[in-house]
Amino acid sequence: MINRIFAWLTDGAHWQGSDGILRRLVEHLGYSLTAVIIAALIAIPLGLYIGHTGRGRVFVVNLAGAARAIPSLGLLFIAVLWLGPKFSGDIAFLAPAGLVLIVLAIPPILSGAYAGVEGVEPDARDAARGMGMRGPEVLRHVELPCALPLIMSGIRSATLQVIATATIAAVVGLGGLGRFLIDGLAVRDTPQTASGALLVALLALAVDMVLALVQRFVVSRGLTGRYRTAQTFDSDAGVTPPAPALQHSA
Amino acid sequence: MKRTRIALAVTAAAALFGVAACGSGSSDPLAAGGSAGKASSGSIVVGSANFPESALLAEIYAGALSAKGVKVDKKLNIGSRETYIPALKDGSIDLIPEYTGVLDQYFNKNAKATTSDDVYAELKAAVPATLTVLNKSAAEDKDSVVVTQKTAAKYGLKSIGDLAPQAKNLTLGGPPEWKTRPTGVPGLKRVYNLDFKTFRPLDAGGPLSVQALKNGQVDAVNLFTTDPSIADNGFVILDDPKSLFAAQNVVPLITKSKVTPTISAALDAISAKLDTATLGQLVKEVVVDKKDPAVVAKEFLAKNNLG
Amino acid sequence: MTWLQDHLGDVLDLTVRHIYLAGVPLILGLLIALPLGWLARRHRGLYPILIVGTSLLYTIPSLALFIMLPFLLGTQILDPTNVIVAMTIYTVALLVRTVADGLGAVPEAVNQSATAMGYKRGRRFMSVELPLAVPVISAGLRVAAVSNVSIVSVAALIGVAQLGSLFTDGFNRAFMEPIIVGVISCVLLALLFDGVIIGVTRLATPWQRAGKASS
Repeated sequence: MINRIFAWLTDGAHWQGSDGILRRLVEHLGYSLTAVIIAALIAIPLGLYIGHTGRGRVFVVNLAGAARAIPSLGLLFIAVLWLGPKFSGDIAFLAPAGLVLIVLAIPPILSGAYAGVEGVEPDARDAARGMGMRGPEVLRHVELPCALPLIMSGIRSATLQVIATATIAAVVGLGGLGRFLIDGLAVRDTPQTASGALLVALLALAVDMVLALVQRFVVSRGLTGRYRTAQTFDSDAGVTPPAPALQHSA
Repeated sequence: MKRTRIALAVTAAAALFGVAACGSGSSDPLAAGGSAGKASSGSIVVGSANFPESALLAEIYAGALSAKGVKVDKKLNIGSRETYIPALKDGSIDLIPEYTGVLDQYFNKNAKATTSDDVYAELKAAVPATLTVLNKSAAEDKDSVVVTQKTAAKYGLKSIGDLAPQAKNLTLGGPPEWKTRPTGVPGLKRVYNLDFKTFRPLDAGGPLSVQALKNGQVDAVNLFTTDPSIADNGFVILDDPKSLFAAQNVVPLITKSKVTPTISAALDAISAKLDTATLGQLVKEVVVDKKDPAVVAKEFLAKNNLG
Repeated sequence: MTWLQDHLGDVLDLTVRHIYLAGVPLILGLLIALPLGWLARRHRGLYPILIVGTSLLYTIPSLALFIMLPFLLGTQILDPTNVIVAMTIYTVALLVRTVADGLGAVPEAVNQSATAMGYKRGRRFMSVELPLAVPVISAGLRVAAVSNVSIVSVAALIGVAQLGSLFTDGFNRAFMEPIIVGVISCVLLALLFDGVIIGVTRLATPWQRAGKASS
């Protein structure tokens, strides 16, 4: 089996062309990153607002928990049946899948953002007020930077989930690495399926490592120094399994 | 004191799952594998492919066999032929509704027959030793290449061969397995010399394919001839003069060791009563009227005194 | 919803299968993750290897694992065992880190007092460290439970009957109702699992209720 997978992956013909590995890799990355970016644009401001003002907290906690329970396959089918007929051209495939991926990515990022702001040391907030900063300034100069580790953790968790779920999107006609899984399944070409799976796993790891690097540069060193000694949870770890719930006891 | 509490908690959790597992009674998930082919005599596992017509036919078979006292287990919506034939061979299922032409081409790489009786004869010879096919029915459901009326008018299309000059600018849609199947993309190239710009893997003649054709994501798509959406949307079925899609009569494919006189009599009776018009009507009730395949099957059997 | 009324029996049957396919791996996964997590905690060198290894396992798409297992295990193609093994792998992947972190969160002072009182290593683990780690492990188990319920539905694509079958059947006929019923059932089931785990945790940690300070 390993031989056949290796043979499939090293076959040059599988890498080129409109349904080659490179093209599918780019498509997959495209779907995933677009979804995460849009989700972040929605979830981060919302999470910051909720964490800063404390309004809507209960709603968000429960929403984030319940959203994790929604089966993506079912949601995908509903989206395709509902949205597909409304569009023509390729958007009819991309819109439903994109919607599902964005909906999937919002809860982890939202959780990370609001938990991050909430978890800011009251002393830091106090000091900021003492220095004369008003609400929004406190948010921008103190709370946001302090919340960055948890926000980044939420983004990484969301990205992993989206990359994994974008595989299923191939069931509804989309491209991406999931194509190798679905096409391999349809004709029982197990080397193709296994190669697709391996590629998805490698892509997820690679993207996570890049994000870990981003985290290292973006998060203030004053913060990371604190984390390394105080908690066993190491936010600088190269790979984290998607488990944002561990960060708050809700 | 603490230990008792923990033991209590663990027992409660274990009991919950135990109840769940045992509470499924006759549909015990563990026995879902058909007991590795060693099921008690007179019991049979009916499978189906992953499209509504196949599920409907499987329900019809299952209903008729139940009525004759055979114990039936259903495993519907398994997948494509490449997935369920191995399941048939390893004993996960025993019986599945099939179509003579494509099945013949699946087992026989040099399949040549195109007419109904020829295909059936060729199929009987090509089926592997452990399997067999019973009587075929008059009902046919073929693969077809379908275009919208607008496309047909634009390029003057009447038969599949007419696509040849335009194919390099057109997109073809079909189930993922069409990319490599002899009746799929390679077959269209071999018989009609069609080289499409792209092939878009969709589903087996389901809503994705219909939608893709309607909304212009593909210019031509593979649909099944009994599909009610062809008539509903005014789609045009392109003629197949070179018989790439040979005769496709509905036929039961069954493990030889499972055939008993009761079973073959029941299934042959169904095949005798099934014709293309009836099949089309039944499929319409399932897909358009959203009726349950089991209910539609029961009504068909009742109407024909088979259940 | 008349469809649901007409098909309540079928939906319940599928739900029971789903409980089995999602629940058994939770228990098996926990039983496997406990010693692995303990090992990771005990031998500091193993911690990064185990964590990275299990994280790698978690990134394998579920559909791929379901498809490949019959080949790797030699089981029949439609055997639900494939799903159970795959889900157990995912549960272990999620829980090993949780167990290790949970055991690590036990204050060192407590461990040392236990040793001072004469507890040998094994008994200390069973009577002191594990019970104190229960809250953290239970949080991880809840995440695993919800995640399992969602992933099992994907097995409908390989023909294994459970709530996900409502999705594929509905989609093939362009029929929304079964899909919606399936999605809601999955969410309710996940909430049920969550509730059961919370309940069992409460039973197993009476000191948390006695203290009533924060949790």
